[in-house]
Amino acid sequence: MRAWLLHRHAKKTLLLLCLLPFALLLYKVINDNLGPNPAEALIRATGDWSIRFLCIVLLVTPLKVLTHSPALIRFRRMIGVSVFAYVTLHLLCYAGFDMGFDLEDITKDILKRPFIWVGFLGWVFLSMLALTSTNAAIKWMGVTRWRRLHQLVYAVAVLAVVHFYWMKSAKHNFNEVIVYGSILGFLLFWRILAAFKAKFYSTHA
Amino acid sequence: MWIKSSQLHEQDALAKEITPRAMFESRRVLLKGLTGAGLSLSAMGSNTAFAQSTPVTSNAPKALPLIGAHSNVAGAYVVEKATSQADASSYNNYYEFGTDKGDPVKNAHTLKTTPWSVQVEGLVKKPMKITLEDLLKVHPMEERIYRMRCVEGWSMVIPWVGYSMSELINKVEPLGNAKYVEFVSLADPKTMPFVGSGILDWPYTEGLRLDEAMHPLTLLTFGMYGEVLPNQSGAPVRLVVPWKYGFKSAKSIVKIRFVEKMPATAWNKAAANEYGFYSNVNPNVDHPRWSQATERRIGEDGLFAKKRKTLMFNGYEPQVGQLYAGMDLQKNF
Repeated sequence: MRAWLLHRHAKKTLLLLCLLPFALLLYKVINDNLGPNPAEALIRATGDWSIRFLCIVLLVTPLKVLTHSPALIRFRRMIGVSVFAYVTLHLLCYAGFDMGFDLEDITKDILKRPFIWVGFLGWVFLSMLALTSTNAAIKWMGVTRWRRLHQLVYAVAVLAVVHFYWMKSAKHNFNEVIVYGSILGFLLFWRILAAFKAKFYSTHA
Repeated sequence: MWIKSSQLHEQDALAKEITPRAMFESRRVLLKGLTGAGLSLSAMGSNTAFAQSTPVTSNAPKALPLIGAHSNVAGAYVVEKATSQADASSYNNYYEFGTDKGDPVKNAHTLKTTPWSVQVEGLVKKPMKITLEDLLKVHPMEERIYRMRCVEGWSMVIPWVGYSMSELINKVEPLGNAKYVEFVSLADPKTMPFVGSGILDWPYTEGLRLDEAMHPLTLLTFGMYGEVLPNQSGAPVRLVVPWKYGFKSAKSIVKIRFVEKMPATAWNKAAANEYGFYSNVNPNVDHPRWSQATERRIGEDGLFAKKRKTLMFNGYEPQVGQLYAGMDLQKNF
């Protein structure tokens, strides 16, 4: 497992995997294979992949700890940037296909609809994380401050679930929201538990 | 119903102006087949042999033809390109068969539409349980090409086949205190996989004010695109109210009840602040979570097209505007 994780092609393979959903969607666009409402299909699909990648990136640390595979951390940045990339695509699909890139309409829409601004705020947070995702940024900010900033990803997870819940409430069908909400909830809960444990051991050592 | 051959040419000439060429041509063949076979439309419920023997239905092998004569009702024909039959019968909201718009076409094959009857009851002089065969004979079938605007912000143009709901209402003679009409859809957990899920309160119910139900544009619908309704579109009988959001048009109707008080409706019960009783298409009254000012025409407005403006009462304001004279449409959404 460790050898596999440290393989020199591991990151390239991961990059290809991260690009796979995008390639699939692009293929469907080119072949006009997105069903009767392609705009809706693209907005939905990019949203789905955003929350999936968010689940995956938040799984890295618990997996690292539980399987004692510190090498996993090499991949976190790429998955994190993928989250940002898919959310950006999601936002662009909304702005372009739903709002025709009309900035005035988009601004009005974001202010008017809590479900949209919750999603937009998530993207703003993610772009801060993406901008500071380089080694240089970590050095410049210092690890402690960088870590604190990057804890924003937990807020993003909450915003994502709220955004998804609101969107699905039109359909009154919360099955998917429950699935993703539980996964993200569990991953956040694990961290809270881990933090408590760490505190307990540090004060009782 | 019989279409007299002397009427055919006139109807065809009129229909040609607004009907896509392929559809029109296939209809000519259908009409020939109908006349030749000497079939009446009441055979729809029972005669499956016809569909198998006619060559015209080869692209939709199981659908029986159902032809509507030209309608003289004002607003009966929208002069806009009809949505493709493939899109209109594969992109549907029919929650009894799933909440994704691709679900109904996959799941609705289990719906059993024969035998079928509709119970007409409540505040009427002549309550009746009417079989589908008899319901089909209440009035000659008419063609109506209506805009269909979904509350979700997309739209279609669909050629329906049916007759004005008022024809049935007149037949049962509502009493003076009947003010509203309630429509109840089938809720059969054995054939409808989502009945029993907590998504809505089943059975699906809808309602109209009596004058809305009596409006000639309100169509009791049995077919679309010259064929009987496919299951996913609400077979065998549904309502089509073209100036209201699509969910107001109940599908697979089993009961029509005349009542004095405004009936509870499925979506209003689920979210009263989002789905009002009237739910008239109105670009000036937004859904709490999205704008209703624009819409995307399925199959026509491409990925990069700007969405088109939604029309007041879905473009039927000249015909139905007076029904709401003096009403505050912001309040009565």
